Amino acid sequence: MKRRDFLRNSTLASGAFLIPAFLKPFEALAKDALTGHKNLVIIQLSGGNDGLNTIVPFGSDVYYQKRKTIAIPNTEIIKLNDMQGLNPNLAALQEIYDQGWMSIINSVGYPNPDRSHFRSMDIWQTASDANEFLSTGWIGRYLDSNCQSCQNPYTAIEVDDTLSLAMKGQKMKGIAVQDPNKLFQTTREPFFKDLVNGPTDDHLHEDNLGYLYKTMIETYSSADYIQKTSKTYNVVAPYPSTGLGNQLKSVSKFINSGLDTRIYYVSLGGFDTHVGQQNQQGRQLKIYADAVAAFVKDLKQTSKLDDTMIMTFSEFGRRVEQNASNGTDHGTANNVFLFGGKLAKAGIYNDAPDLQNLENGDLKYKVDFRDVYATLLNKWLEVDNGSILNKNFAGLDLV
Amino acid sequence: MDNSKQVKHLYARAAFGIDYHQLQEQRNWSAKKVLKRLFKDSEPIQTLTAVTENIDLNPLPKEAGEEARKAQQEKRNQQEKALNNAWMNQLSTTNAQLREKLTLFWHNHFACNIGNYYYQQQLNNIMRTHALGNFKTLLTGVSQSPAMLNFLNNQQNSKAHPNENFARELMELFTLGRGHYTEQDIKESARAFTGWAYNGKNGEFNFRPGNHDDKPKTFMGKTGNFCGEDIIDMILANKQTAKYMSTKLYRYLVNETPDETHVNQMTDVFYNANYELKPLLEFVFTSDWFYEDKNIGNLIKSPVELLVDLNRRFHIKYENPDVLIQFQRTLGQVLFRPPNVAGWPGGKNWIDSSSLMYRMKIPSTILNAGVIDFAGKATPEDEAYLASQRKQQFNVIKRVQANADWNTFLQGIPIKVPREEVATYLLEPPINARITAEITKATDIKNMVIQLVSTPEYQLC
Repeated sequence: MKRRDFLRNSTLASGAFLIPAFLKPFEALAKDALTGHKNLVIIQLSGGNDGLNTIVPFGSDVYYQKRKTIAIPNTEIIKLNDMQGLNPNLAALQEIYDQGWMSIINSVGYPNPDRSHFRSMDIWQTASDANEFLSTGWIGRYLDSNCQSCQNPYTAIEVDDTLSLAMKGQKMKGIAVQDPNKLFQTTREPFFKDLVNGPTDDHLHEDNLGYLYKTMIETYSSADYIQKTSKTYNVVAPYPSTGLGNQLKSVSKFINSGLDTRIYYVSLGGFDTHVGQQNQQGRQLKIYADAVAAFVKDLKQTSKLDDTMIMTFSEFGRRVEQNASNGTDHGTANNVFLFGGKLAKAGIYNDAPDLQNLENGDLKYKVDFRDVYATLLNKWLEVDNGSILNKNFAGLDLV
Repeated sequence: MDNSKQVKHLYARAAFGIDYHQLQEQRNWSAKKVLKRLFKDSEPIQTLTAVTENIDLNPLPKEAGEEARKAQQEKRNQQEKALNNAWMNQLSTTNAQLREKLTLFWHNHFACNIGNYYYQQQLNNIMRTHALGNFKTLLTGVSQSPAMLNFLNNQQNSKAHPNENFARELMELFTLGRGHYTEQDIKESARAFTGWAYNGKNGEFNFRPGNHDDKPKTFMGKTGNFCGEDIIDMILANKQTAKYMSTKLYRYLVNETPDETHVNQMTDVFYNANYELKPLLEFVFTSDWFYEDKNIGNLIKSPVELLVDLNRRFHIKYENPDVLIQFQRTLGQVLFRPPNVAGWPGGKNWIDSSSLMYRMKIPSTILNAGVIDFAGKATPEDEAYLASQRKQQFNVIKRVQANADWNTFLQGIPIKVPREEVATYLLEPPINARITAEITKATDIKNMVIQLVSTPEYQLC
């Protein structure tokens, strides 16, 4: 890295809160400048995506026996090895996979799985045990952990109108920004500035009123920074004009403009396929794959792919056997995808799900989802995962 | 005896707020008397009738072209808007406030999101009719409505291949709550609900004996040839259902953080009254603990409650009511469009960085063409902003096309009333230093009022 870029990057990364870059020892500065822009992008598929019809285990007879009408025909599958292949609606991901920018982890779940959408989503977002209720999310706790760049809400941005539980910590939370310009315009009302700077008193410590004031004050300062920084870059790469396509396009804008943000969060719904699954899931998978492929290629072009890790998860997979309405009911373990330019193990990470050895008709999990989180926290975001996940997970050899 | 604080609190929770002159009239009444009035006002059941045609009864022929499909979709969109507007209007003008407040609760409890607005309207009217009646009657009516049978796939629940969706949500979301049933209970009860369906030709509930699994099922430790009604009876016989519902109502009417003693009291009242809602509501609204300071001005208004509150206080008329749907969308709660079967999570979840800013901006958008008149010191940047806003004033009025009846509002408030009293009337939380500073600075009463309804405090009820 050139010295000039160095200085520019470290100024952006530190803002007004840290020691001026030139006062830091060179080693610290170098590390900061090199790691400060690593991004994690999380894509949530809501509704419980049927992993078996996503990464299809075509090599297993059981798959075709149990899914007489909704199995993906062998001839249509984009084969990745002699056991598993991509649903044809994921065609856009083939090139990404072939380039070594995609990793598939099979059978990810947790002990005593809960098949409720809401509870399972809570479990994934809070990183709790199945019988444990946490009111903070794992990214929120990452913000709480006082990591070097975690002082600001914009350390974690959800490209949406509302903020997921994953993004809410005890003291800190991320910020929801669908449109930076709109958010900025709204906050610039002089009356709001007056409220932000007004006299304080005890009432502001009370739960809901205090929460409202704290949110207002954080939004006020973050909106300014996000709008001013992000408007310095225009995305030129083509994106599909879908909701997810637009969201990832915004993430590209944020990343490429040098926003000091570590984590981005987006979601795509519509995966609760109890009835007529093939068309419904196919449509959603295509939206997903086309948007992700565009995003990955865009980041490759702008040389940001090596600094970016993209993770996709869903709250659970579906039952192995289809139901009578050409759909599938709520199940357990599922696959998780990683994308990035610096994957330690690209391709299929572990064995295909074992369809012979089920528990009440459901897959048994092989990888705890928190081991995936631990890997990202330790090796990618470089923080100690134990304090964030409330216990230590060994992690995987992925990053 | 001055009960105005209690009366205001009761109207904030059992209704959508109180007019200033109404407050003056009732300020010396006991809680019991005010509550009697609220129940009396809510005796009439005014059903919604905006959607008159069930589009799905005349499905398009398979060979219908693109144009016909578009026209059909357009018709659906029109019905959605009509239904949304009709309910917003009813919420904003009705005298039957307690009934509508509870209908809004049931709308979230029995969350349903389907594209057939005829069925949506029918389901909404079932909730309105039984909103203050018996929970079992309500639950059965909802469970047998085409809307819910459709939404939770019981239409596809057949003897040969049970679909568990309805059985699961019935227990998880409508009655017992998680952790009070087993996966086996779900599987077995799903069999009991086979045959519950509606007739696609006339849209009426229609039990199909041929599709019903009449073999023995084992549910919650009992074995028998159970049908759907038996399952509902067994679920209600379990006191956990009374507790789950009491907890949920406590969080809607009293405080987001349940107090175990109070919830247990509610559970006993509800269970012993055979799930009649009126005794339960009377118990809550006349309990001393309901009026404790920690339960006043501490609930976050839902977006719909916020909009209805503004509409009612300022008697707003929208030339283009679709604006209200736009606001609902922006704030994260569109009626008849819950995000999923669990409904809107509510509470702090209503608030995040952007939704809070919109909430604080919307009152001035409706009441004053987007401008919050401000008497404090403005920086040059602020001045530029204000200038640009004033230039757009005409556009904003044209876009929102809302007319507030300021005369009625201001006439209701005697001129000599101290500013602090107006603030106390508009805001539920106690007045603090920031608010005092703002009301002292405001140039006139109208601007002060707009500022007050643009504060974080106004988000609470």
